[in-house]
Amino acid sequence: MANKILIPTPLRAYAGKQDVVEAEGGTVGELLANMTAEYADLRNHLYTEDGKLRNFVNIYVNDDDIRYLEKEQTPIKPGDTVSIIPSVAGGGRA
Amino acid sequence: MALPTLVIRADAEMGIRRHGREAYPHECCGALFGRDQLVTEAFALPNATGEGARRRFLVRPADYRAAERRAIELGEELVGFYHSHPDHPARPSRYDLDHAWPVFAYVIVSVEGGNPVALTSWRLREDRSAFDEEPIALESHGENEKQTEERREETGEA
Ligand SMILES: [Zn+2]
Repeated sequence: MANKILIPTPLRAYAGKQDVVEAEGGTVGELLANMTAEYADLRNHLYTEDGKLRNFVNIYVNDDDIRYLEKEQTPIKPGDTVSIIPSVAGGGRA
Repeated sequence: MALPTLVIRADAEMGIRRHGREAYPHECCGALFGRDQLVTEAFALPNATGEGARRRFLVRPADYRAAERRAIELGEELVGFYHSHPDHPARPSRYDLDHAWPVFAYVIVSVEGGNPVALTSWRLREDRSAFDEEPIALESHGENEKQTEERREETGEA
């Protein structure tokens, strides 16, 4: 059973110009892996070279940040909505 | 490769400069609404950084979500973000690059000693290796706004 994943504006170009995609998986990690198998161009903007989620990429299950759940092991139930939400960060001097 | 010009409505550009001045010596940040290469509105957001606001900014996920919602309410799109560089050139830092999102316009205003000076716009390369600068043009609704801004610059009024 597929779950909805909400795609933020800057990533829609890499997800077939869609704001919602669907993927299957028992955990957040599986869901995201199945999503990036279908939309490979998303991978570079979500993961570092060693395969970790970038620290300014926030993944929410419904209204909860997976950092405060079980991270990528967080289980997904039918009807759960997963959101990819950017933290936008930067600055001047290094 | 020359990027297309980003057109910014004069009042939105003025809003970015004003926010940069008000936040000085801290960095300000906000969202940019519009469509494609046009910015119609600058939407101030709180700088939530915990790493020192004189040289960092952070838009929290909740504020990011609020910005996307606001864009939809306005019938516009979220086209990018702006931030200020207090006493630092209007060029993206390594830290900006490491945290950048594709597609978005990144507008930077340099604020020297409290006065907004250079304002630039940048896009992340597809391979995340660098930013490219895009030209900026201002779209004015008449000369009144420009004159108002010049008067504010002279008096230092926010
Ligand atoms: Zn910066």
